[in-house]
Amino acid sequence: MTLAAHDIRWSAARKMIVDGVTLRAEPGRILGLIGPNGSGKSSLLRLLCRLRKVESGVVTLDDRDLATMARRDLARRLAFVEQQASTEVQLSVCDVVKLGRTPHRGALASWTDADEAAVEAALERVDMSERHDQLWHTLSGGERQRVHIARALAQEPRELILDEPTNHLDIQHQLSILALLRRLGVTCILALHDLNLASLFCDEIAVMHEGRVVASGTPSEVLTEDLISRVFGVAVSIRAGASGRRHIEYLIDPSDEGIAR
Amino acid sequence: MSHAPIAPNWPARIAIALAALLALVTAIALAVTIGEMKIPLSTAFQALGNGVFNLGYPVSAIQQGVIFDYRLSRALLAALCGGTLALSGAILQALLRNPLAEPYILGISAGASTGAVAVMILGFGGTVLTLSGGAFLGAIAALAVVALLATGAGGSSDRVILAGVAGSQLFNAATATIVTTLANAEQARGVMFWLLGNFGGVRWPDVWVATPVALICFGICMLHAKVLDAFAFGADAAASLGVAVARVKIVLFATTAVMTATMVSIVGTVGFVGLVIPHAARFLVGPAHARLLPTCLVIGAIFMILADILSRILVPQQILPIGVVTALFGAPAFALILYRARRAT
Repeated sequence: MTLAAHDIRWSAARKMIVDGVTLRAEPGRILGLIGPNGSGKSSLLRLLCRLRKVESGVVTLDDRDLATMARRDLARRLAFVEQQASTEVQLSVCDVVKLGRTPHRGALASWTDADEAAVEAALERVDMSERHDQLWHTLSGGERQRVHIARALAQEPRELILDEPTNHLDIQHQLSILALLRRLGVTCILALHDLNLASLFCDEIAVMHEGRVVASGTPSEVLTEDLISRVFGVAVSIRAGASGRRHIEYLIDPSDEGIAR
Repeated sequence: MSHAPIAPNWPARIAIALAALLALVTAIALAVTIGEMKIPLSTAFQALGNGVFNLGYPVSAIQQGVIFDYRLSRALLAALCGGTLALSGAILQALLRNPLAEPYILGISAGASTGAVAVMILGFGGTVLTLSGGAFLGAIAALAVVALLATGAGGSSDRVILAGVAGSQLFNAATATIVTTLANAEQARGVMFWLLGNFGGVRWPDVWVATPVALICFGICMLHAKVLDAFAFGADAAASLGVAVARVKIVLFATTAVMTATMVSIVGTVGFVGLVIPHAARFLVGPAHARLLPTCLVIGAIFMILADILSRILVPQQILPIGVVTALFGAPAFALILYRARRAT
């Protein structure tokens, strides 16, 4: 059992942003959220980790209502990686990852062997051990995202929620971040923009459109030409790619100026 | 996996604490001996012995009075004031994620002085406690106004500073209105002098109020040191690390309001200490709050004692308002921080 949403709703400025979403993550698997800009992906992720309060419906973790859990207990179980979180504080890579131990430490607790081991293991898993002492603001975008994931792993979570972890990264780093998430074996729920990457790396996909989940299932069930044209408003041709997964090709009207040239 | 704590380096910690204490005592000793009446250090210690333990050293009554009743209480209060203002600055900078945040710029000091002036001029006794109480209510009102303005304007980090500037203006205007419409000439002159920051009127009862306030507030801040670290990537990041963001903000904003209000009610508004000292402290010991907060307390204390000495000797036969001296150092530092913040983005 893991994280699930049951008919949850949330609005901002009198507009329904998340409108009756029911969703269930599977243990140890990757659930991808796709959908156009403004479809409610980020808001849904924030509701799933209780950074926003649901207005109706419930989010459950192992069948317990998330709203009844202590925030600290929640943070030891579930970690969240924001899109492009940055800081002006002069922190080293290790300082950032150490923040992940916050929910495991009391106000006056000193740093323990277990804390140190968790931080080192987390850095190892994202392949950033050699950057231990480097300053955070000297890292590249892809490295920063790895350090954020290491910080999340130092929380020792069973569920990991990531908001567009590949945003603004070049393709090599996008692939390496997603491959990393697959290797972790932690239950992941993540928002993604790139449909082909979603097809390649996700075990399940949920498609969001105007605050609702309009389709969910395995990539081959969900990613159909009809659904993509309906939700994203683009024409595509879908075939089996070299990996055996679905590959989406965008069809563009050749008479369109700029393409023809 | 074992949960053995990794032993902190106690000898080094004790050495640093002793060095800080020594620096603080030296600054206080300087403050006690330097002034219009130059007093040798040995006499100062004898006067201290007389005052605290009734040792009966032969110190003239005038020197005894100047040292014990006037300069020592003044130096201790300067230390408490500088320490708590620096502490408030460090807390506000961490919570608001803005390097320019501090009680003076955010209008908390202005609100506190409005509250204190209202008590002074409208009556209600005018003792240290009622003044502090009025200042506290003013500080909370200013915080509320600035918070409302900032969230209404979008809540981003620079909007908070703009809201603070607007809040300061509003509360300074309120203070000026109270003074001009309700105070007599003598009261008005007293208030204006006090507003610029002045340790001249400090006596022991002020120290007895400020000391417990400073110690308790420092304790509360230290209990939140790790939580403040978790704000490095913003409130949402802190919340996802298990921090009860709303509760922590209320407790720490109230704590800074109490510290600022207490100091403003005793010495008036003193700017820039809360801004400059946390940056200097971060430069020395890094951003981790468990080290940063005590460092701010000590450096702030020493800075304010030295600033007070300067205010007494810079112009012969005259005492400059303390706010003038701190602004003399603070304004260039403020410009430097602005310049660096612009380069970083």
